[in-house]
Amino acid sequence: MSTTAPESQRLKIVIVGHVDHGKSTLIGRLFYDTNSLPDGKVEAIQKACEAEGMEFEYAFLLDALLEEQEQNITIDTTQIQFRTAQRNYVIIDAPGHKEFLKNMITGAASADAAILLIDAHEGVQEQSRRHGYLLSLLGVKQVIVAVNKMDLIKFDEEKFHALQKEYTAFLKPLGVTPSHFIPISAKHGHNITKASAQLAWYKGPSILDALESFSLPPSQDDLPLRFLVQDVYRFDERRIIAGRIEAGKLKVGDELVFWPDRKRSKVKSIEAWSAKEPVTSVTAGQSVAITLTEQIFAERGQIASHVDNGPVEDREVTARIFWLHDEPLRHYGNYTLKLGTQSVEASLVTINNVIDSSTLTTSKEPSGLVAKNEVAEVVLRTRKPIAFDNRDVVTETGRFVLMQGSRIGGGGIIHGAEYNAKTPDIIKSENIYWSEGEVTREDRITHFNHRGAVIWLTGLSGSGKSTLAKALETTLFVRGIGAYVLDGDNLRHGIASDLGFSAADRTENIRRAAHAARLLADAGLVVITALISPFVEDRNKAREIITEAGIPFAEVYVNTPLEVCEERDPKKLYAKARAGEIKGFTGIDAPYEPPVKSELELPTDKLTKEECLTRLLHVAQEISSADYPAKEEEKSPGASI
Amino acid sequence: MTHLDKLESQSIYIFREAYHSFKNLAMPWSMGKDSNVLIWLAKKAFCGKIPFPVLHIDTTYEFPEMLEYRDWATKHYDLNLIVKINEEARARGVGYETHDPVTVTHELKTVALQQVMAQHKWDALITGIRRDEDSTRAKERYFSPRNAEFEWDYKDQPPEFWNQFTTSVKPGEHVRVQPLLDWTEIDIWYYIQREQIPIPQMYYARPGKDGKMYRYRSLGCWPITKTVESNATTIEAIIEELKTTRTSERAGRAQDHHERNAMQKLRAKGFM
Repeated sequence: MSTTAPESQRLKIVIVGHVDHGKSTLIGRLFYDTNSLPDGKVEAIQKACEAEGMEFEYAFLLDALLEEQEQNITIDTTQIQFRTAQRNYVIIDAPGHKEFLKNMITGAASADAAILLIDAHEGVQEQSRRHGYLLSLLGVKQVIVAVNKMDLIKFDEEKFHALQKEYTAFLKPLGVTPSHFIPISAKHGHNITKASAQLAWYKGPSILDALESFSLPPSQDDLPLRFLVQDVYRFDERRIIAGRIEAGKLKVGDELVFWPDRKRSKVKSIEAWSAKEPVTSVTAGQSVAITLTEQIFAERGQIASHVDNGPVEDREVTARIFWLHDEPLRHYGNYTLKLGTQSVEASLVTINNVIDSSTLTTSKEPSGLVAKNEVAEVVLRTRKPIAFDNRDVVTETGRFVLMQGSRIGGGGIIHGAEYNAKTPDIIKSENIYWSEGEVTREDRITHFNHRGAVIWLTGLSGSGKSTLAKALETTLFVRGIGAYVLDGDNLRHGIASDLGFSAADRTENIRRAAHAARLLADAGLVVITALISPFVEDRNKAREIITEAGIPFAEVYVNTPLEVCEERDPKKLYAKARAGEIKGFTGIDAPYEPPVKSELELPTDKLTKEECLTRLLHVAQEISSADYPAKEEEKSPGASI
Repeated sequence: MTHLDKLESQSIYIFREAYHSFKNLAMPWSMGKDSNVLIWLAKKAFCGKIPFPVLHIDTTYEFPEMLEYRDWATKHYDLNLIVKINEEARARGVGYETHDPVTVTHELKTVALQQVMAQHKWDALITGIRRDEDSTRAKERYFSPRNAEFEWDYKDQPPEFWNQFTTSVKPGEHVRVQPLLDWTEIDIWYYIQREQIPIPQMYYARPGKDGKMYRYRSLGCWPITKTVESNATTIEAIIEELKTTRTSERAGRAQDHHERNAMQKLRAKGFM
């Protein structure tokens, strides 16, 4: 028994390695040798071993389930604590069987350090390699390798060094550099807490001494602030924002930006029930509750940062993922992505490569699937923008899970995202109001004898949007209806000339087009947009922007099969995309999401141009008519309180 | 942050995740030390208001002092208390006088819980179990699903990492939310000391009939809960005692030791 203060920090150590290499035995022995077992435990284990007809088994300390004891195998991860003269430890036992990798990850994901165990007799096996790789993915940097069952190879120094060489070579490219390689026998207690006479040739530390050399995880206080909003409470007159500081510091008076909406407000107070004095500052790791000076719209999922050093905001996430579910991860499949408290629908748009997590071989011809226990480089596209970090900047906001049904299917580690990409401040101030002129909408309708409206054409490049838009514009114009085409290419000459074709830029392009259409329609024109606008979410946003202003809106799906578009190829863009000269081209290497429900669908391969035009004209005349029941202007009630 | 700060923060985080994920939840409360720490943490998580009912499964073998404490604390903390007794089993004569402790515990605790769950249709229960209490509890998750029969599928638990939890269930199923999983017995006492959390007096040593001093280390039904010899009359003394003890916390709880893997069997059927 030691005198370490029990309230001091715990270092969490996970024990990993191939099945039957002796992980549970090592822990049992460690507890036995450090005198950490309660009275009666050894006797209870003795009894259980007799019931199974086996000699004394240290592993039964952890393998508490009947099934584990009967099969002598660890099924699920266990956590157990002990203390030494120096400090307290949480020891995490992780199952070594391939089938239970989800349980191994559950255990290892929270570890500060690891012991990788290898059987001296069997050598480096499938899970020895896989667990080594997963430790590197999980970011566990402090590792020792223990070569167990040295008694079975007669404490042979040469065999030990050969193993050391082989495994070091495997771990090196993964960025895992073990601090020690230790020859041990867990069963017989060699090099667990003290040196062993049979292993006199080994001059390094015992397992216990090596553990004591590990350091506690570094403080996250000096990183950029990331306050993850869990919930907003209104139990009384206060409106309390509850969440945890995952990185950085926060104090009363700080100006915060809430991502992805980017609304700003200042911290008015930090609420603390039962605190004797008011709390004025908090640091990384604390679960807190704050109130704000201005009542902006805050909700679960937002990440608050300081004005400088915010997270990345995008709809595309590049990540390395590991998959744990029996059901494979599918290319173009839709998954719920959970990052911190954010939860968004996401589509797996790209699988760059798939890696076998044990052999590290990369499959050359992707099958479009990531199977259980495989690792892959992927790109995910979210339905709406999310805020995140690269894992090497802020750990907690740099990783996520993908759900397979109601279970976690796998985890992802984010890398390669660009900070400070050009992103607009959506609404910087709460104090801008829409300025109403003296000429009312009714005046304009009376004057023009029709109302402003927006016909939103969407479809692949070359589907015929521009052609139909121009024809409709002319047809309306000759009938005395003020009409104007907003063409995607034209917008990109000026109002959107700073935008490219990344997912975030496409979203922004649509946002600008929607606002431009809204202004023109407000002026009384029938606006016909001709933009690919490939994403449902973006088009819904456009519809929202326009209908919220009381302007009728009709989405028209110009549905032309890809083959037909590619054959037409008026701007020779498909050819360039196929040749790899254009990246991210819709329909080729970027997705097009067809409308779920549009006001009109035009299958141009089945209809003539005239037939299409007739149908378009019908919709345009209907929604621009002076007595069309326009939706009354609505203030979004939830937008700010 | 100190070790206790970290434990507190993680527990509060779990409380808030549970409240966000499950709108229809309840918190069993045994009035024991861990249970009272749970109440305290819930107060902190929700800024003084506990926004769900607190449930006492009354086995009818409660120590009278515990019932007194219950009534005091209900007022003190402004709790929405629900009390449940398995009257049907008691009417059938199920009791420690005639039955073994595993059967009685199952009937008067687990079955009682099933009955009250059926009535209120809670989809989550916040429990005070800790990993260090028992080696099957050491394998638990923070969010641990139970099927409609209350069974714990310990052979195929869902993965749980990076603070992402099992937060949805099918109708009839529920999730056990376990905010104290990482705490140890001594952590609980240090926290009670630091926060000055009120606890029942039975945890402190009092003279027995033989003149020696005894205290309860863990509290359950009176026929199957034994005292331990102890001179600890203050929290400080209890902490000093625990630093050197070599007996396990639940050594005085008979149902755990009735047969090999008794706890696993009890827990697989729905016991906390």
